[in-house]
Amino acid sequence: MLLQIKNLHASIHGKEILRGVDLEVNKGEVHAIMGPNGTGKSTLASVIAGREVFDVTAGEILYQGKDLQKLSIEDRAREGIFLGFQYPVEIPGVSITNFMRTAVNEVRKFKGLDPLPGGEFLRLMEEKKRLVEITSNLTNRSVNEGFSGGEKKKNEIFQMAMLEPMLAILDETDSGLDIDALRIVANGVNKLRRPDNAFVIITHYQRLLDYIIPDFVHVLFEGKIVKSGGKELALELEEKGYDWIKKEQE
Amino acid sequence: MESEANKILDEVTQGDYKYGFVTDIDTEFAPVGLSEDTIRYISTKKNEPEFMLEFRLKAYRHWLTLVQPKWAHLRIGPINFQEIIFYAAPKKKKELSSLDEVDPELLATFNKLGISLDEQKKLAGVAGIAVDAVIDSVSVKTTFSDTLSKHGIIFCSFSEAVQNHPALVKQYMGSVVPYTDNYFAALNSAVFSDGSFCFIPKGVRCPMELSTYFRINAANTGQFERTLIVAEEGAYVSYMEGCTAPQRDENQLHAAIVEIVAMKDAEVKYSTVQNWYPGDKNGLGGIYNFVTKRGICKGNNSKISWTQVETGSAITWKYPSCILLGDNSVGEFYSVAVTNNYQQADTGTKMTHLGKNTRSTIISKGISAGKSNNSYRGLVRISKNAVNSRNYSQCDSLLLGARCGAHTYPYIQVDNKSSIVEHEATTSKISEDQLFYCQQRGISAESAIGLIVNGYAKEVLKQLPMEFAVEAQKLLSISLEGSVG
Repeated sequence: MLLQIKNLHASIHGKEILRGVDLEVNKGEVHAIMGPNGTGKSTLASVIAGREVFDVTAGEILYQGKDLQKLSIEDRAREGIFLGFQYPVEIPGVSITNFMRTAVNEVRKFKGLDPLPGGEFLRLMEEKKRLVEITSNLTNRSVNEGFSGGEKKKNEIFQMAMLEPMLAILDETDSGLDIDALRIVANGVNKLRRPDNAFVIITHYQRLLDYIIPDFVHVLFEGKIVKSGGKELALELEEKGYDWIKKEQE
Repeated sequence: MESEANKILDEVTQGDYKYGFVTDIDTEFAPVGLSEDTIRYISTKKNEPEFMLEFRLKAYRHWLTLVQPKWAHLRIGPINFQEIIFYAAPKKKKELSSLDEVDPELLATFNKLGISLDEQKKLAGVAGIAVDAVIDSVSVKTTFSDTLSKHGIIFCSFSEAVQNHPALVKQYMGSVVPYTDNYFAALNSAVFSDGSFCFIPKGVRCPMELSTYFRINAANTGQFERTLIVAEEGAYVSYMEGCTAPQRDENQLHAAIVEIVAMKDAEVKYSTVQNWYPGDKNGLGGIYNFVTKRGICKGNNSKISWTQVETGSAITWKYPSCILLGDNSVGEFYSVAVTNNYQQADTGTKMTHLGKNTRSTIISKGISAGKSNNSYRGLVRISKNAVNSRNYSQCDSLLLGARCGAHTYPYIQVDNKSSIVEHEATTSKISEDQLFYCQQRGISAESAIGLIVNGYAKEVLKQLPMEFAVEAQKLLSISLEGSVG
């Protein structure tokens, strides 16, 4: 098992957001987490990645059998956890090339590998850019600076391709994308799917799941997973709306 | 959220000063304190011609009539000039004719600082850098002087210039920064000991970077150096300056003057990486860096460009400036100033437009961490005759943590209607979001701060000569080590 979340409770500034989440993700699987706004989807992603503003008050997160709570943000990333951000932040003056080179080499150092020589790194970038259909000038620009919404999300997918994570969590990567950008993002994910990695896709809408077919769909509501099923659950949600879940819970 | 980011910032910016060592060198000192006798002592030690002594004494007498200025946004402890040693020189056994005769301790000191005084160490295929090494009050060695003299270039210590080229010194010394200019300029003019002299004759493009490396070693001494660069018609030179000092609990005074003269069509590029000891984490010790740097674009189409990376000193008071006298002349000022812990910096520039169609650019990037204060102070003055002149100023401040300060004091005076002045300013913080984003990609908080700060300062760093840029990038990260907080 790649990821095992047991009875996870988490709060921010004393306010409880996650109220007992249970989730199991195996290698080779794609999970979709859906739910109305403000039910804790992004919080779950942030807590797995180790964002310090959230306090884990109960429960545990095991990743490849390790207690994630004991690992720093960067060590979680180096162990293969990737978070695709809903709102990727701008870092002025730092080129994507320089940013990625720093990231790739810090991960390699953690694994006891030598830094990638400049030429090899550039070849790797070219290969991944082709894979995720990114135009070459994007990587010469500063990280996310002046990027359109679509460019920011494509950049997240490109970074995911570069870092080859074991567990990729995509937090509303589809929000604000036009149909072409959506297809590029989805194609990127599909090309990176392997029997030894897994994806958790957080989304509000069903439409991304037309392109990325999930093995499991979970509904997060008021800090708990209240319903799980196969890909047909997403369609049912689309049809009946989240009010259906709300009523069922009442 | 704020406190988390602050904690990380603290950890990253609490790094240690890497150049704080002291070398045991046999040194001779002037008697402690300042008087006409001290000045005569220095002048005699340096075997100076009469005009130099007169210049010094006039400056001293003028200085006595002045009081220390208080207009900067700085808190300066009292300076007792009677407790300072104004001249300290490593003892020479005999006249040096080759590097082999330089005190091995001195060579080791400069090697430790990463400065090679060995001309043979020039890398294959890479143009060498000529170095003038100044320790305390004297220049110990200038490299590549012979190579340069083949082009008619004079590059030597100021003391040697006084002996060998007195006419040039007399003509230009004090012509850009007169001894009456300000309190610390007057003091420097009275007691200055050494520095570099550089003369590029008409039409010559200097074939290598020139640099001076300043090192304070002795305790309780002040360093008062003076640099003079003259570029004749059509000449070009790129000049770099670096500085470090040992770690001590007392404050030490460094009051320098740099003068640049650019004649018609000449260009001078002056780069500084200032890394004087900044004091400890509690604000104890460190260098008081009170410097007057000014260049004059005397001829038409001349250009002077200042680039500075200021990471050291307890207090920095420094405004590298340009007087744009020639028509179409260009002045540039690119600055990154980092303050951490209890450091204070009040730095900026003055662009004085006198000629027609003159242009100036000011890019200032302040970075404050810890409990430090960082101010930009600039004056853009466009005179009545400087028609069709332009200035563009951009002053950005980056705050790391919640206990530091950033201040901007731009002064603008335009006396004609055809000129255009633009001023932009921003203040930003390294956000918890940026740190988290970097860390989520596997980058440590410390490397993340280094990346973000270097990205922020990129516009200035790219102005530095290659040899310096790498150094400066590392230095920026090191200066903020332990400041993530």
